[in-house]
Amino acid sequence: MPLLEMRNIVKEFPGVRALDGVTFALEAGEFHSLVGENGAGKSTLMKVLSGVYPSGSFTGEILIDGRQVQFRSVRDSENSGIAIIFQELSLVKNLTVAENIFLGREPSHYGLVDWPKLYGKTKALLEELGLSINPGTPAGELGIGQQQLVEITKALSKDARILVLDEPTAALTDTEVETLFTILNDLRLRGVGMIYISHKLDEVFRMSDRITVLRDGKTILTRPASEMTKQSVIEAMVGREVGDLFPKRERRYGETAFEVKNLTAHLNGHKILDNISFSVKKGEVLGIAGLMGAGRTELLMTVFGAWPGSSSREIYVEGQKVEITSPQDAIKAGIGFVTEDRKRYGLILEQTILDNMTLAGLERISGRFITHRAREAAAVREPIEKLKIKANTPLATAGNLSGGNQQKVVLGKWLLTRPKVLFLDEPTRGIDVGAKQELYNEIDRLATEGLAIVMVSSELPEVLGLSDRVLVLHEGRITGEFFGKEATPEKVMAAATGHL
Amino acid sequence: MKESREPLFSRAALRAYVMIGVLAVIWAYFHWATGSIFLTPLNLSNLATQMSVTAILAVGMLMVIVSGNIDLSVGSVLGFAGGIAAIALTTYNQSTGVAIILAVLVAVLIGLFQGALTAYLSIPAFIVTLGGLLAWRGAVKWLLGGYTVPVSDQTFIAIGNSYIQPTVGWIIAAIAIIFVIFLVIRGEKSLKTYGLGEANYTSAALKAIVPILGIAAFTWVMNSHRGIPVPVMILLAAALFGGFLTNSTVFGRRLYAIGGNPEAARLSGIDVKRNVVKVYALLGVFTGVAALIFTARVGSAAPDAGVLKELDAIAACVIGGASLLGGRGTVFGACLGALIMASLDNGMSLLNVRDYMQDIIKGSILVAAVGLDMMGRRQA
Repeated sequence: MPLLEMRNIVKEFPGVRALDGVTFALEAGEFHSLVGENGAGKSTLMKVLSGVYPSGSFTGEILIDGRQVQFRSVRDSENSGIAIIFQELSLVKNLTVAENIFLGREPSHYGLVDWPKLYGKTKALLEELGLSINPGTPAGELGIGQQQLVEITKALSKDARILVLDEPTAALTDTEVETLFTILNDLRLRGVGMIYISHKLDEVFRMSDRITVLRDGKTILTRPASEMTKQSVIEAMVGREVGDLFPKRERRYGETAFEVKNLTAHLNGHKILDNISFSVKKGEVLGIAGLMGAGRTELLMTVFGAWPGSSSREIYVEGQKVEITSPQDAIKAGIGFVTEDRKRYGLILEQTILDNMTLAGLERISGRFITHRAREAAAVREPIEKLKIKANTPLATAGNLSGGNQQKVVLGKWLLTRPKVLFLDEPTRGIDVGAKQELYNEIDRLATEGLAIVMVSSELPEVLGLSDRVLVLHEGRITGEFFGKEATPEKVMAAATGHL
Repeated sequence: MKESREPLFSRAALRAYVMIGVLAVIWAYFHWATGSIFLTPLNLSNLATQMSVTAILAVGMLMVIVSGNIDLSVGSVLGFAGGIAAIALTTYNQSTGVAIILAVLVAVLIGLFQGALTAYLSIPAFIVTLGGLLAWRGAVKWLLGGYTVPVSDQTFIAIGNSYIQPTVGWIIAAIAIIFVIFLVIRGEKSLKTYGLGEANYTSAALKAIVPILGIAAFTWVMNSHRGIPVPVMILLAAALFGGFLTNSTVFGRRLYAIGGNPEAARLSGIDVKRNVVKVYALLGVFTGVAALIFTARVGSAAPDAGVLKELDAIAACVIGGASLLGGRGTVFGACLGALIMASLDNGMSLLNVRDYMQDIIKGSILVAAVGLDMMGRRQA
């Protein structure tokens, strides 16, 4: 008898059938990956499981240990032993680790918190998982990886038997991923069933017992991981045969479009970047690889004039020396910057596609002082068509678009500034395979048309698949430069960890 | 590409219709309850004049709120600027022109100063202007020595108490109507110029008819009393200017961007700090103008002039749909909010509702309006 069974789940929103008869089963001690493109229904299914959508708002059955259950609230599902760790961490940053773990159910005597018991229990839990985290540290002072582990500890402290992990490794360094997986393997032995949602197929294949693919709200297949390949999973996800994910590169380089010399940056007295120089030619894609904290985003920010700390460098655009002290200067000099984390740094979510796309180049597109809506509408039409942004109207709200479309809007915004060099920071994070492939083709097209591109990404296959040349950063220094086929995962990783 | 045009009922538009409906209900009620006194040219003229100070402040405040900031000091700054004008006119025997320039200049300088503290020293706007609320009130008391300073200069008094001649009023109305027609035609033409569709002059005419009728009705009603009051004319100019800034300029778009997501705005090449200082300086212009009307209407500068005006202005913005988190709100909404508040004041006074009761009702309505708005938003 499976630990969890979901039978024929149908969930409808006005005008959309988000789940269309999904069936899913999880055994005790099983690591079961749930994959699918964005919008396939993974999150909706998990919200059904966790009681966010209470019983009655969907049809179908949920069985735990063979007994049918009905969750009226999140609390009901927690009481049945289900715990979900969402992508966005939900720890209270100012509270300590122990306070977070027992938030809302602090051990108490006559309404007074029993602090020794709170900290004692937390210490025991952390030790059980082999974690060396101080229960008294405020959660906000921990790294993202450790916060994730605290969330898991919190889930287990509630005696969770079913653990749902939604993209848990998105923000983790490789070492943190290893720690996480060690703990998950340990939980597997203890009989905890795990549902793992991830876009990272390497991890899916490394850890999974079984894989379930969702597409358009339907279960496409559930199979043991050993019987599947990455290719077959991707094909099941997108519902068609995908060729090579990356476009064939047939690029010709022009002259040097962009060069930075002797870049050094400090923040609060710490040296973040140390004497970095590089250049990129027209029509070239320069990939920048490195582990989290190596200084990749900081490098782009510093060049762009958006770095809060102090820095020194010389920047040349098309051979001309330029002084950049602010993003305005950078844009004027011809630098475009598709920033990471589109929701935080890229978009104004409550505004329209049109408003977002014209934001950076507004004076050029619309008018020096007075704006001209029709002129703007005409200007955004081409990028919307070329980038295949799916929306009925340019006046659709950016926040309602899918991740892939949002990313395209940000890219469109920067193309409308007519850049000579384009920086891309994590251009495909958190978007589905189909949208990824479209963006890869777009990046390739832009380079082929002669744009110089500098791309930072944590996904090594992406860096290797798209770049003509790869620079590797390690602790703020360039530790490797590889041309074309020379760039292998082994070499890049060795440079990224400082072992070259 | 027909779908690329604004939908007929965007959420903001729907909100405006609802508010106009609420206003109509309030007016109908007061008209009935006061025995047909409320909707007379005399009372409507009074109502429009009464709302002018708050509404002008609200237009400036709206821009500050849209940028994600707040200004609690406008009431005190209004008092201070009015005091400066009065002292210039009486103690220093200056002309009305000098008094006007001084009052506006002082309010703008204060705006620049408080804006700079907020933007460049990163002191939260709430704190800077809370300090300003206290400090500038103190400054008024010091400036006036604690006394009320009467102003007798008739040119100055006219700013708050005179009317535009009916004929001149009609000429201004005619110019306004021609301008509306010009705007609509230009809008339709540009659709064609940029290949966004065919110009549709029938629907354009329909679009123009509401504002044209509005302008005509307003002028007729005001002229039925003594003409358009000067403070109301100044308010209309201020509202048009504010509406133009927020809707049709690069600066306005940047305010919405800054309020919507300051970090994204900064990385898109918007000088957030400089724009925040600018918007505070602009609020200063509006505050200075409001101070002149206020002082002229009362005929004197008093140590307590403008007390609580900041809250009226903020309330008008919020009732008009502005979000205190920034990024959302319209000048039209803020003016409508001010009109609703002024209507309540005026109607309740006509009904002899006791002073304390008026405050309780107004406070409750402010909270209820935002509460309903939040409920509507959650459903959407």
